[in-house]
Amino acid sequence: MIRSILGVLPEAGQIINLCAAIMLLLGFSMLAQRRILTLINLFLLQGIVLFVSILTVALSTGQNHLLWSAIITLALKVVALPWILHRLIRRLSVKWDVETLLNIPATMLVGIMLVIVAFNVATPISELSGTVLRSTIGIALACVLLSFLMMITRSKAVPQVIAFLAMENGLFFAATSATYGMPMVVELGIALDVMIGMVIFGVFFFQIRQQFDSLDIRQMERAREE
Amino acid sequence: MSILDWILIVIIPGWLLIGIIGIVFPYRPHLIYGLLFPSGAVLGVLLAVCALSGIVAAPQTRVLSLGLPDLPFHLRLDTLSSFFLFLLGAASTGISIYAGGYFRRGKGAIPGLLCLLYHVFLVSMVCVMLTDDGYAFMIAWETMALSSFFLVTSDHRIAEIRRAGYLYLLIAHIGAVGILLSFGLMAGNAGDYTFDAMRRFPEDGIWPAVAFLLALFGFGAKAGILPLHVWLPEAHPAAPSPVSAIMSGVMLKTAIYGLLRVSFDLLHAKYWWWGLLLLLIGLATAVFGVIFSAVQTDMKRLLAYSSIENIGIILTGIGLTLIFKSFALPHLAALALTATLYHCLNHAYFKSLLFLCTGTVLHATGERNLGRLGGLMRSMPRVAWLALVGMLAAAGLPPLNGFVSEWLMLQSFLFTSGLPQGYLHMLLPVSAAAFALVAALSGFAMVKFFGIIFLGQPREENLLHAHDAGRHELLGLLWFAVGCVLLGLFPNLVIAMLDPVTRLLLGSGLREAVAANGWWLLAPISQDRASYSAATFFVSLALFIPFVFVVVRRFFHGNLDLYGNVKRVPAWDCGFPSQTARMQDTAEGFSQPIRRVFSSFLRHTRQHPSPFDTNPVYRGSVEDPFWKWLYQPIVRLVEYGTNIVAFLQHGRIAIYLLYSFITLLALLMLTNG
Amino acid sequence: MTFTALFTQLFALFLAALLAPALTGWVNQCRAWLQNRSAPPLLMPYYTLHKLFHKEVLLAHNASSLFRAAPYIVFSCMALAAAIVPTLSTDLAFSPAADAIALVGLFSLARVFIALAGMDVGTAFGSLGARREMLIGFLAEPALLMVFFAASLISQSTSLSTIVETLGQREFTIYPSLAFSAVAFAMVALAETARIPVDNPATHLELTMIHEAMILEYSGRHLALIEWAGSLKLFTYFCLGIALFFPVGISLAGTPLSIAQAGFFMTLKLAAGGFLLALVETLSAKMRIFRAPEFLGTAFMLAVLAMLVRLLLETGP
Repeated sequence: MIRSILGVLPEAGQIINLCAAIMLLLGFSMLAQRRILTLINLFLLQGIVLFVSILTVALSTGQNHLLWSAIITLALKVVALPWILHRLIRRLSVKWDVETLLNIPATMLVGIMLVIVAFNVATPISELSGTVLRSTIGIALACVLLSFLMMITRSKAVPQVIAFLAMENGLFFAATSATYGMPMVVELGIALDVMIGMVIFGVFFFQIRQQFDSLDIRQMERAREE
Repeated sequence: MSILDWILIVIIPGWLLIGIIGIVFPYRPHLIYGLLFPSGAVLGVLLAVCALSGIVAAPQTRVLSLGLPDLPFHLRLDTLSSFFLFLLGAASTGISIYAGGYFRRGKGAIPGLLCLLYHVFLVSMVCVMLTDDGYAFMIAWETMALSSFFLVTSDHRIAEIRRAGYLYLLIAHIGAVGILLSFGLMAGNAGDYTFDAMRRFPEDGIWPAVAFLLALFGFGAKAGILPLHVWLPEAHPAAPSPVSAIMSGVMLKTAIYGLLRVSFDLLHAKYWWWGLLLLLIGLATAVFGVIFSAVQTDMKRLLAYSSIENIGIILTGIGLTLIFKSFALPHLAALALTATLYHCLNHAYFKSLLFLCTGTVLHATGERNLGRLGGLMRSMPRVAWLALVGMLAAAGLPPLNGFVSEWLMLQSFLFTSGLPQGYLHMLLPVSAAAFALVAALSGFAMVKFFGIIFLGQPREENLLHAHDAGRHELLGLLWFAVGCVLLGLFPNLVIAMLDPVTRLLLGSGLREAVAANGWWLLAPISQDRASYSAATFFVSLALFIPFVFVVVRRFFHGNLDLYGNVKRVPAWDCGFPSQTARMQDTAEGFSQPIRRVFSSFLRHTRQHPSPFDTNPVYRGSVEDPFWKWLYQPIVRLVEYGTNIVAFLQHGRIAIYLLYSFITLLALLMLTNG
Repeated sequence: MTFTALFTQLFALFLAALLAPALTGWVNQCRAWLQNRSAPPLLMPYYTLHKLFHKEVLLAHNASSLFRAAPYIVFSCMALAAAIVPTLSTDLAFSPAADAIALVGLFSLARVFIALAGMDVGTAFGSLGARREMLIGFLAEPALLMVFFAASLISQSTSLSTIVETLGQREFTIYPSLAFSAVAFAMVALAETARIPVDNPATHLELTMIHEAMILEYSGRHLALIEWAGSLKLFTYFCLGIALFFPVGISLAGTPLSIAQAGFFMTLKLAAGGFLLALVETLSAKMRIFRAPEFLGTAFMLAVLAMLVRLLLETGP
């Protein structure tokens, strides 16, 4: 059945493969990026790619609920979150994230190892999955792990939040490619969670800065004692 | 007379005779350097010729009833040993010619003694490759270690050299223990130490792996693989240059020979993880070696680390071969092994050339420290141009020989589809990347080597009067330089020569694939997959450069005077008025980028002068991290252990006798029960 | 080897040597427009070359024979490299003689010679430039090699002609690994051709120079050859990028008509590429020299990733 629907959009598989590769590329660029502003723009791009891939899946398989999740993605990850983040850093006036805990090529090297691991781990899952996009599960998993790595290696709070959001992107991509998306309720729930999480983070940032005069999370290590 | 007889009757006794004549007339430099060393070189040529015909001949065996009763020496000449004998013969020829000129100008060691040791060293290496049983192999191996030890310490009056020699001997013996244990294991309980018996060693179970690991440890200590490499950068600067050349060019290859013999011939190399292990160790060794060679300030240490790098490359190749063999990919395995053996040959040539060049520089200037050299291109241009050939080959640049083996190696990395193991499949591209990095970094190290020694302004006054090499020395250098060029230009001939060796070890070779094209086009797999033609490359460059030159001279000559001379002016240097030789990059300065990029690998200590110092001195040194992280703990452990044992030591003879007495009693009781 | 292949080869070589300065001129022109300056004429590099060829050579006192030989060697290497790259047609006489790995080797041969020439006179700036050039080189070279490897995993060949034929003949297939390679290649190309984020081709501020520092002591026809070789290098890298990532239009047949057509497409693509380069140079600032390893390290990692993606995502031919 899937094959016949695919006939509508013959290049769907390739477009999604390309999307997957760009997702990975963006994941790596985020890992290698020092500037927060660019980081947000990369996150925005990732949202767009995610949107395109979900839309492609939706159109090629004719599943209507995916159209909705594509629209949510567009609204939330391409418009709302980047806007909030931009506002946030303007208000906090942090534009740079000079120090990473590991130097960038080393981080990339670890990232490559992660990709290898992710692909090997994902092989059994992708054999179970019956969708046309199963080869991208490995990439989606790699994106999740890369974002996780980014959360570990960054020393400032804002990039960590962006990494967290990017991780969610990866998860979403994995869900789309493995099972054509999660049930609508779950997606809406996640979207709402992310929104609320964002608001909480916003409040949190201001609190951190008031407390420590900096957004450097290493400052928080001192708080442990108290 | 068969080929083996030629070697046994002419070459080995010939070299021994030369050594003995040398020791009989120890203070006749004219005899020794003018006649004995050159005749040794002639025997080297003869050995190379014999070995070359041995590669295509059937294996020959002999049993010599020398040594202990009931333990005769078994000798066997097959294609693998022939190849390494060829390498030995070819390299020793050039080195012997050179040594005749080099030692003449040296002072210190007794000429006759040097002559004896040098030729015993050569003979022992021949024996290592000919022996066919564990017992004779160990004798030859130990003779090799001892004679090279005495050669390294031929300037034994200097404490530093004695220390280096001690370190070398220590590691050589620790390695020898590993080899001995490995042979013992393979010989098993049968008590038959011939390699033939070892070939029948059971292939399953844990013991082949243990034997392999022991052999890897033992031969690795000689070759200088990663944690056991520390003797190389100490011994090479200490040894006279021809000795460094033959140790680096040939002796390290005997370890490679041993590793190939044990893992492929005796143990049949069936497990892919052996290959993976070798691949990882090889890559680590190569990366380590090349980074450290780029930051050295002593020219011979730089080359020693570069030898470590090349051994790493060779080991990587063996690892790849093992992996391909265990997954039944015979053609790829043959490709990887061909690349490995090719690299052995290339390394013997270019590294010998470079070491010999350092010898000439050392004699001309008395200086090993790169920071006090410079500008020798002007005073010794012939050596400089020959060194340039060696340096380009070592940097792996076309159309010379280093490039061909690197090219083959990269090809074998590239077409690895068909490996079933998931992680392995992905590891290979990553290793290819590491390999490419090593190749590029070796370019950095070599530019530093050549540029600091031969280019720029002389950093010391006396360098202006450095004299060019003598006739013998130049001839030796020329032998290697021409070899580098020829090995680079005719890869198909070399591969055809290597074909029987790969057939012996793997059962497949590249001869058909290579013979399908003309002699000038190298296409090891097929022509649309990859092809390279060094000859076309070379001819195009050789035609194009003069063409450009002539065209430029003919049409755009500007203001040339009658003889085409150009006007000489002071250097421009952006108009800075005072320039001294001290303003050039020093050896430390040139490697500053490497130190910065790889700062986490290197233990770099610096001493800055205080700002008020009127005579400021800056010092920086890079230490080998293995000293601190591996060797010093071991030393401490050993000291701790010996302190405990020292408790038994009282210095009273009665107590020692008591120990013996108790031991005797205990043994008697044990054997009775 | 056929006669047409030989002819095409010589023609491509001739064309490359002839057109390379024009490309440099075009990039300079675009850059001037983008930066609101009045642009130099398109043929400016030719005037410069003409001027330099007619100037007297002034050689430093202690310049050795290597210093005088280097410009000829470097120029020949670059011309040969330009000849290897299938610019107009894949039916080239020289293509079996040198594959992608040999091309990298050729670039690095030229680099080694120019670095040695930089060290030869023994000035502070010369060795500074040589050291920096080798720094760029040892990172850019493996990255470039990995880019080629990713492409050759697709075509199962390291021969450039075969790679371009495979990529050029494909039906509409998207290779994600090529996206990675393209980014990595662009970064390497910027570094290798001494362009702005890594080096500034227009600078004469001593401490920031890389390429210029090495060739400070050259003058007259030597300098002209080196400048020309620089243009050729830029041209070759452009052609490489086009051949690997936008091969549409390169002649596979080798007939005169298809070559003319390929030439037309090539001119368009080169013009667009030159404009893009000028744009990148205008929009970015020069990095500190020790940011360059990070930049190139990233390119290297991306290229490795491209190979991995190729192996993992695009199984099957």
